[in-house]
Amino acid sequence: MTTEAHTQGEHHDPPYMIIFGVLLVMTLAEVGYAFLSLPKVWLAVGLCVMAIWKAILVALYYMHLRWEPPRLWVLVAVPLPLVVILIVAVLTEF
Amino acid sequence: MTSHAHAVHGDMMVPDQTFEPGMRIYNMKLGMWVFLLSEVMFFTSLIGTYIILRFAHPDHFADPGVVLNVTLTAFNTFFLICSSVTMVKAFAAIQKGDQKGLKLWLLATIVIGAAFVGIQAVEYATLAEEGFVPAAAEYHAVGRAAHEAGAAGAAGAEAPIVGGPLYGATFYTMTGFHGAHVSIGVLCLIFVLIRAMRGSYTAADHRGVELIGLYWHFVDLVWIILFTIVYLI
Repeated sequence: MTTEAHTQGEHHDPPYMIIFGVLLVMTLAEVGYAFLSLPKVWLAVGLCVMAIWKAILVALYYMHLRWEPPRLWVLVAVPLPLVVILIVAVLTEF
Repeated sequence: MTSHAHAVHGDMMVPDQTFEPGMRIYNMKLGMWVFLLSEVMFFTSLIGTYIILRFAHPDHFADPGVVLNVTLTAFNTFFLICSSVTMVKAFAAIQKGDQKGLKLWLLATIVIGAAFVGIQAVEYATLAEEGFVPAAAEYHAVGRAAHEAGAAGAAGAEAPIVGGPLYGATFYTMTGFHGAHVSIGVLCLIFVLIRAMRGSYTAADHRGVELIGLYWHFVDLVWIILFTIVYLI
């Protein structure tokens, strides 16, 4: 893609403010959800899902990962299995 | 690789630069991503340690809102998310060659980032006043904790115990390392702003803005996870 095509093309105006609104609403939802009278497990699962979803939005839109070459996606994906292994291995200790 | 080939397969986010042929992004950006991925493992090790300690010693940790001020930190989270928006606005401005917009949005990011660190310092000072310090042998319900525990007026050893040494140690380690990252980010942003004031960035070459932006958004991303795990769960 040329510079001109880049500045005039589909990547010209990523939805920064929409993502900001979503992050804000999800943060408020998280705080509200954290104080619901639910079992601890459901609270933890729900909060983790919301947090991971917010992190993905930041990576995709603010760090522009969505528009990066596929090979960078592969590079970014490399530590994720290690992250899962570390966390799951820790959790299975109990 | 020729300029044409780069135009077809190159980095989507910035104009032509020296780039790594295999990755199709410019070298400094590849370096920043590799650095950030090492940071992912660093913070994962901290979070993993926190999880194992919390499962092993649940009595050391208090419920959300009992010791830590969730409202204040939620506002701080809001500030950091705002700073991510101002950072991408700075990037978008220089993509269009808008020098004034770049400087203004960078300045806004610096101010909001510094406010985040300042609020965290106030939070630390308040918690320390209440006796919640790293590796305290046990944390008694004083201040906010006493109020939440229904022991208003109680203080010192007579108040109920709501946490052990692991709580303070893990809390200050994780949030402290993150705060250090934010502080370093603010310093780097000041450096980028100074360069911007000298006219070092253009629509054709604004790699420095993009690189500090990647770092800053990563710091925001990490806080989103930490806020949930440390303050809400």
